[in-house]
Amino acid sequence: MTLWIALIATAVGCYLLKYAGLAAPRSVLDNPWVQRFAVAVPLALLAALIAVEALGDGQSLAWDGARMAGLGAAVCALVLRAPFLVVIVVAAVTTAGMRALGWG
Amino acid sequence: MTVFSVLRTPAVRDSVGIGVAVGAAGLAFGTTAVTAGLSPAQAVFTSLFAFTGASQFALVGVVAGGGSLVAGVLGALMLGARNTLYGLRLADLLGWRGPRRVVAAHGVIDETTAVTLAQPDRATARLAFITSYSVLGTFWVLTTLVGASATDQVHDIDALGLDAVGPAVFLGLLWPRLREGGPRAWLVSGLGAGLALATTPFLPPGVPVLLSACAACVALLRPAPSSSAVVADMDAEGADDSEGAGR
Repeated sequence: MTLWIALIATAVGCYLLKYAGLAAPRSVLDNPWVQRFAVAVPLALLAALIAVEALGDGQSLAWDGARMAGLGAAVCALVLRAPFLVVIVVAAVTTAGMRALGWG
Repeated sequence: MTVFSVLRTPAVRDSVGIGVAVGAAGLAFGTTAVTAGLSPAQAVFTSLFAFTGASQFALVGVVAGGGSLVAGVLGALMLGARNTLYGLRLADLLGWRGPRRVVAAHGVIDETTAVTLAQPDRATARLAFITSYSVLGTFWVLTTLVGASATDQVHDIDALGLDAVGPAVFLGLLWPRLREGGPRAWLVSGLGAGLALATTPFLPPGVPVLLSACAACVALLRPAPSSSAVVADMDAEGADDSEGAGR
């Protein structure tokens, strides 16, 4: 039940954030501080999410060789300009393959 | 213009391409959500109503880690705040008011913004927005359902490497921003990741990610590139996406 509340809160909040942009006065966009901060926040959050989901295990840090190999493969796919979905599949297949072979 | 010739315009072609390619990533969301402990119904609800990929993945990531739901929701909303900036840019171009604006707001995300901003005038911009929103939205929800239902039947998540899907998705979202953003983008990302890892042992799951947003303050230290550079970023992303989708 609490999970449903969190999902509904996220859905409502995300919609209101989008609507606020379409409805806000144009002058807000002309403020350079707003621009800079709005571009930088996703950079910091996305990087933190990668780090925590790759290396975190609850409240401790853990090195999972197979998972890290999957992320390494994803980086290679991105360097080769693979489409988004291919990058994700490459990461999962590499991680699964390493585990099947008993590595990592 | 006949229906057939409208369907063949670049605006529609690019929008459909991006919609299908990115919308299919709902498979990854459905999978990750059920792995985290959401029911397929909850996964589909989130895709249908929150409808913004990064926030959805961030929230279920915190659920998977057994973290505080409040921190999870706050993290999702902070990521969702970039859609406000997109809305500000789209408002003048689309020029919708009243009920149309209420409906259109739901579709303001990375990809629809990129395709729409790349159009030369209001008519094609509206066409591109409606096409990319409807195609991407439909695929995103349907593939979420497929991914969630399929994963519901799977018992050994780790054997399929599904724990690598979450970080790989964030990597895919971060990559174009790093490529276009230059040294400062790398600095902000590095600090964000470092801050989150350093505080993980001391804080409840979900909170370190929120704290990492402080790294964004680095961006406020020196004058940033002009606003036109940011718009150019979006265009470049759109071009990239259509290139990828065309393959």
